[in-house]
Amino acid sequence: MPIDILMPALSPTMTEGKLAKWHKKEGDEVKAGDIIAEIETDKATMEFEAVDEGKIGKILVAEGAEGVAVNTPIAVLLEEGESASDAKAAPKKAEAPKAEAPKAEEKKAEAPKPAAAPAMKSGASSDGRVFASPLARRMAQQAGIDLKAVQGSGPHGRIVKADVEKAPQGAKAGAAAAPAAAAGKAAAPVASGPGARQLADLLKMPYKLEPLSGMRRTIARRLTESKQTVPHFYLTIDTEIDELLSLRKRLNDKTDAKISVNDFVIRAVALALKKVPTANASYDDSGMMYYEHADISVAVATPNGLITPIIKAAEGKGLTQIASEMKDLAARARDGKLKPEEYQGGTFSISNLGMFGIKQFEAVINPPQGCILAIGAGEQRPIVKNGQIVPATIMTCTLSVDHRAVDGAVGAQFLQAFKGFIDDPLTMLL
Amino acid sequence: MADTSFDLIVIGSGPGGYTTAIRASQLGMKTAIIEREHLGGICLNWGCIPTKALLRSAEIYSNIKHAEAFGFAVEGKVTINTQKVVERSRKVAAQLSGGVKHLMKKNKVTVFDGHGMLNGAGKVKVTKDDKPVADLTAKHIILATGARARSLPGLEPDGKLVWTYKEAMVPPALPKSLLVIGSGAIGIEFASFYRQLGADVTVVEVMDRVLPVEDEEISGLAKKAFEKQGMKIHLGTTVTALKKGIDTVTAVLKDKAGKESEITVERVILAVGIVGNVENIGLESTKVKVEKTHVVTDEYSRTAEPGIYAIGDLTGPPWLAHKAGHEGVICVEKIAGEKDVHPLNVSNIPGCTYCTPQVASVGLTEAAAKAKGYEVRVGRYPFLANGKAIALGEPEGLVKTVFDKKTGELLGAHMIGAEVTELIQGFGIAKTLETTEAELMHAIFPHPTLSEMMHESVLDAYGKALNF
Repeated sequence: MPIDILMPALSPTMTEGKLAKWHKKEGDEVKAGDIIAEIETDKATMEFEAVDEGKIGKILVAEGAEGVAVNTPIAVLLEEGESASDAKAAPKKAEAPKAEAPKAEEKKAEAPKPAAAPAMKSGASSDGRVFASPLARRMAQQAGIDLKAVQGSGPHGRIVKADVEKAPQGAKAGAAAAPAAAAGKAAAPVASGPGARQLADLLKMPYKLEPLSGMRRTIARRLTESKQTVPHFYLTIDTEIDELLSLRKRLNDKTDAKISVNDFVIRAVALALKKVPTANASYDDSGMMYYEHADISVAVATPNGLITPIIKAAEGKGLTQIASEMKDLAARARDGKLKPEEYQGGTFSISNLGMFGIKQFEAVINPPQGCILAIGAGEQRPIVKNGQIVPATIMTCTLSVDHRAVDGAVGAQFLQAFKGFIDDPLTMLL
Repeated sequence: MADTSFDLIVIGSGPGGYTTAIRASQLGMKTAIIEREHLGGICLNWGCIPTKALLRSAEIYSNIKHAEAFGFAVEGKVTINTQKVVERSRKVAAQLSGGVKHLMKKNKVTVFDGHGMLNGAGKVKVTKDDKPVADLTAKHIILATGARARSLPGLEPDGKLVWTYKEAMVPPALPKSLLVIGSGAIGIEFASFYRQLGADVTVVEVMDRVLPVEDEEISGLAKKAFEKQGMKIHLGTTVTALKKGIDTVTAVLKDKAGKESEITVERVILAVGIVGNVENIGLESTKVKVEKTHVVTDEYSRTAEPGIYAIGDLTGPPWLAHKAGHEGVICVEKIAGEKDVHPLNVSNIPGCTYCTPQVASVGLTEAAAKAKGYEVRVGRYPFLANGKAIALGEPEGLVKTVFDKKTGELLGAHMIGAEVTELIQGFGIAKTLETTEAELMHAIFPHPTLSEMMHESVLDAYGKALNF
C-alpha cells in the first residue's frame, strides 16, 4: 500500500516549514536513509531522510512551497509492485485498512522513530488553545510551567499529568523572568540530588532540618533550571583599580555620597553595555532580544538568601545616584521590604564577593538574562609593566555567558570595554 | 484446508484473548484464536458471569425473605431449587459463549478448537486430544492462557469435599456448612452466596482483614456486615490440615498465637489466589521469562522473545477480565503502530466484588496513598444519609474518596454498599480524565440517586458536604 510521506517536525516547536528542495523526483527509487528533501524552518535548513524504501510515486508539495504544516502529506511512496495510479488512493486508504494494511503499518511502527514522525506533539492547537487535563493544568500552575511549551502525550496530544511531571525546566512560564525572590508561593521543589536526607538518615548523620522557605525553593528551582538548560561559558579578565581607588577616595572626601567600588562596577557595566549593546541580550525561542536599557541586577545577600535588586537604566545614572539608590535597595532587601518591580526584570547581573577576599569565581546566570559578571577582591599583586615587576591592585572579573544569547567575541568585547572604564575611571565620569 | 498463515494469533479466548483478537482484526490483521475449551474462557464460562447469575438468585431469595418489610406477604415456605439456580447460571454462560462465537465470525477471526502451543519462532502447533489439528504461523503471537486456582500443600482440592471455584459454581446440593479459605474477591463472593442461601459459612483469612486489597476502612465495614449476616470470620488464621470424612471435612485452624482449633464442615472452598497457566504452551523453546508462575512482560505486553506477547491473568495482578481485555487492545494497537497508544495505568483499573454488600474501588487506598508520601484529604459519605439508599432499603454502606492535598488529584475511591459496582466507573472516568476535586464538585449528580453520595464524598473531603 502506498505510504504518505509527511512534512516532518524537525524541532519540537516547529509547526510549519518551507519545502526548500526536492532531492528526488517522481519515479526515483529511495532507500531508508536517503536524503529526499531539504526542509527550511525559521531556524535552519535540514535534510529530510526517507524512513521506508520504495519509489516516489507522486510529489504532492512543490519545491519552494512555504508554510507547509507539519504532518501534511508531501509525497507518496510506492512499495514494490505498486503503480503511480495507486498513489492517488493513498490518503483515503488510511481509513479503510485492508488485510494488507498492517504490513505497511507494522513497518512504520518497527522502524526507529524518525524525526519525521514525532511521537508527541504540543498540546497547543494552531489557534493557541491548549488541551490539558484539569490535573495537568493545576500542576503546571503550581510549578509555574507554561503549558504552551509542554508536549502532550495523551489522546490527540492532550497534556496529561505525566507530561507536566516530565516537562523540562525550560518550559517555565514567561513569569520566569522574575528573578530569584519572586517566590512567595509554593514553587516546585527541586530534587536535591540523590536524597541527601535519605542518605543522612541511613548513615545516622546528625543534622538540623529547616523547612524550605519560598525564597530557598525559588533559588533552588531557578538556578537548577539555569545550570541545566542554559549553555554557560566563562570569560575572565584582570582589571587594575589603583586609579579607581584613588579617584574614589578623592570623590568621597568631597561628598557625603560614600561611593563604593561596587558602584563604580555598576556604572562601568552599564556604560560597557551601552558601548557593546549586543551583550545586553536574552535568548527567546521567538527571537533574540536586545534590551534598550541596562537594568543592572545586583546580587545582595540577605539572611534568607539571595536577592537581586535592580538599578534601572543605569547607563543614564551618575555615580552618586547609583550609590544612593544601591544603599537604599540593599537596606530594604535585607529587611525583606523590596517591591516586586524592584527585583524583577533586570537585563544583566553583577555578583560581588570581593569583600570576602574571594579572588575569582563563576556565577550562575539568572535567566532569562544573558550574562552575569562575578567580581573578585581587589588585591595587590605583582604585575609586569614595561619589563618591570611592579605592584598593582588587581580585581579579577569573570563573565558567565549564555551562549545562545551572546557569543564569545561579543562577551570579550564587553569585558574589554568594561576593563577600559575600570582601568581608566575618569572616562566613567564623562 | 483452512489457512494456516496469520498476521496474529491469540492463544486463549478469555475476555483478554477474544477482545484482543477482535481489535487486531479491526486493525486489518489476519487473526486467529485458539481455544482448548470454551470460547470466552473462565470469565464467561466459570467465573465472572455465571457467579453473577448465582448471586442474583441469592439476592432474589433474600428479597423474598424481606418482602414483608416492603408490603408483601409471602404465603408458605420459600424453597430453593439448587438445580434450577445452577441451571440458570449455566444457561447464562452458554448464551454468552455463543455470543463470543458470533463475534469471532463477525470480525473474521479464525477459531481453532484445540490446545495451542508455541513451536519455535512464529509457529504455533494446535492439537486436540493429543492429535494434531494444525500447524500455524504468525508474525505476532499473543499468549492469553489465563490462570487457575492455586492450591496449597495439604489442602489440595478434590472436587468432591474440597472445592475450587469451579465446583462451587455447580453444587449438586446446598451444603449445610461451608468453610471458605481465603477472603479475596472469589472467596468472599462464594461465602456471601452460600450464606444468603442459608448455609453456615466460616471464612478463614491469613491476613488481618477481609478483602485485603481494599481500603482498610472498607474491609472493616465489610467484616461487620458479613458477621451481621451470620458469617464467621477468622482473621490472621491459617488452615494447617484438612481431615476428610465420608461427607464432611474437619479443618485444623491455627491462629496468630499458634493456637489450634478444629471445625467440621460439609464442604470446603479453596480460594487462596491463582497461578498463571504457563505450562504446556511451549515457553521452554523461547526466551520468554516466567516469574512466580506469571509471564514477565513490558508495558506493552512484550515478552523477552520478539514477536511473543502475553496479556491478562497470565501476566499477573490485578487478575481482572477488564484489565486483560484492555491490555490486549493496547498490545495490538502498539503492534499496528497506532498513534496515541499508552501503557495501562494500573491505578485507573476499578475492582469490584459482588458480595452483599458490594465492594468497589479504584486507585490508591488511604494507607497506600500515605505510604507513597501523599498528604491526603479524605471524604466519607454514608449510605444512611442518602435518600435513594433509604428508599431502596439499603441504608448500609460508605463512599470514601482520597485526594492529594497538594494537587487535588483524585487518588482513589472506595465504596461498600448496594450497587456500588455500578457506581465506581464514575470515579474511573474521573481518574482517567485526570479531573481534580474542582470538576467533581462542579459536576451535577442527578437526584435521587446513589451516585449523589459520590458527590457528597468529594465535598466532604474539602469540608463542604451539604447533606450530612
